[in-house]
Amino acid sequence: MSRGANIKAVNLTKKFGDLLVLDNMNFEVEAGELLCVVGPTGCGKTTFLNSLTNLYQITSGQILIDDEPVDLKKHNVSYIFQENSTMPWLTVEENIRFGLDIKKVAEKEKKERVEEFMEIVGLTPYRKFFPRQLSASMLQRVSIARAFATKPNLLLMDEPYAQLDIELRYKLEDELIKLWEATGTTVMFITHNIEEAVYLGRKILILTNKPTTVKTFLDNPLPRPRDIASEEFVKLRNQVTDLIKWW
Amino acid sequence: MKEKKYTLISIAAVAIFLIIWQICAAMNPGGMLPTPVAVVKAFFLKFTDKNPDGATMLVHLGASLKVALSGYLIGLLIGIPLGICMAWYKKFDWFARPLFDLIRPVPGIAWIPLMIILFGIGLLSKSMVIFISSFTACVINSYSGIKQTESVHLWVGQIYGASNTTQLFKIAIPTALPMIMTGMKAALGTSWGALIAAELLASTKGLGFMIQQSRGLMRVDIIIAGMAMIGIVGALLGVLLNLLEKLVLRGGRW
Repeated sequence: MSRGANIKAVNLTKKFGDLLVLDNMNFEVEAGELLCVVGPTGCGKTTFLNSLTNLYQITSGQILIDDEPVDLKKHNVSYIFQENSTMPWLTVEENIRFGLDIKKVAEKEKKERVEEFMEIVGLTPYRKFFPRQLSASMLQRVSIARAFATKPNLLLMDEPYAQLDIELRYKLEDELIKLWEATGTTVMFITHNIEEAVYLGRKILILTNKPTTVKTFLDNPLPRPRDIASEEFVKLRNQVTDLIKWW
Repeated sequence: MKEKKYTLISIAAVAIFLIIWQICAAMNPGGMLPTPVAVVKAFFLKFTDKNPDGATMLVHLGASLKVALSGYLIGLLIGIPLGICMAWYKKFDWFARPLFDLIRPVPGIAWIPLMIILFGIGLLSKSMVIFISSFTACVINSYSGIKQTESVHLWVGQIYGASNTTQLFKIAIPTALPMIMTGMKAALGTSWGALIAAELLASTKGLGFMIQQSRGLMRVDIIIAGMAMIGIVGALLGVLLNLLEKLVLRGGRW
């Protein structure tokens, strides 16, 4: 079982030239949290995640994982990107193994984990297929399996299910909850789909319009499995929708 | 069915070309243009007959291949890593680029006079010409290939803690492979062309030399036979590279 990581942002600011995108953000995500991040379209949600992981160099402030500055060589982080990030020269199973190869996981364990997560995302029959032979939703499932296979302490997901059909999305949402409960990984899940945020999140972080800052944190006490048609669910969904409105 | 049709059309095109050639040669019996049949005869005869240039077709072919492949392989061995390093390491790019930009526009055959003066008319001078011709294509294509690496792929590597070198070998070079293969093919074409030009000017053996000697003796049949051999070998080398490409690019071109 992997342990979730604690994340703390102190005065996080990110500028692109003169354009201020993230403005002095301060927040803390507890270890083992499942946090959904929502905000107005174009508010800088992806910049937010990329800055948290040093993929974008922050302009000022500090990001701490377990009270230490972010170090991707040391901290076990995974990231599921919005766009297709599979390597076209690798087969499905080689793509899933990619992170494990870099992390130099022992061969036996590597094989077991690849089999386990390939099975979970339903791609075992396609193990020898190359990305060009797969549909958009299958490609995203490869990325999901790759991210989970490293058993990260922190998992960042940038609208990972946006390209998937609704049936698969529901399946993978439930799968994510199961994996999160089983592993205790801290998950930060960006979505523009408020229903998805309310369905998944134990907490919901609402961002303002650009320059982005933290508007509020909402607790989501709804019991699981959640019923999207229940009165409490609809009430919370409407509350989040009202908070996102900037007009 | 479609493939059969394509093969028939291809055969018809070659047949039409040969018929037109035969008609042109027949209409001018005392002229310089030999018939296709005469060229085919000369082509096969040259495999055993050393006349008029002192060596058989295979000896000339061997000499040409030796020069071409040595220069070509050195061009690949230096050009591909150089292009990769220039694209990946910014400071190395600043260092190497001005010199490369000066060399790049000079065609391989423009180096022939200098190489003859420096190294004579032996293997080395011609290999150097071939090397320069293939090197440029390899550098440009490897460089462009590495530059095409997508940020999201590098991010995947970074997220898992990959070092700069690991990202180069596990992400950037695999990304660049299709372009590197394209560079190898382009380099082969330019090398083969430069070789014949070099042999026409300065050599004692080789297909270019054979053609040049036959020109002096007005043996048009051997000239065309030599040209045909250049075309056949060039095409065969291209086929070999295509096979190599299929082996290297397992997932097809990306």
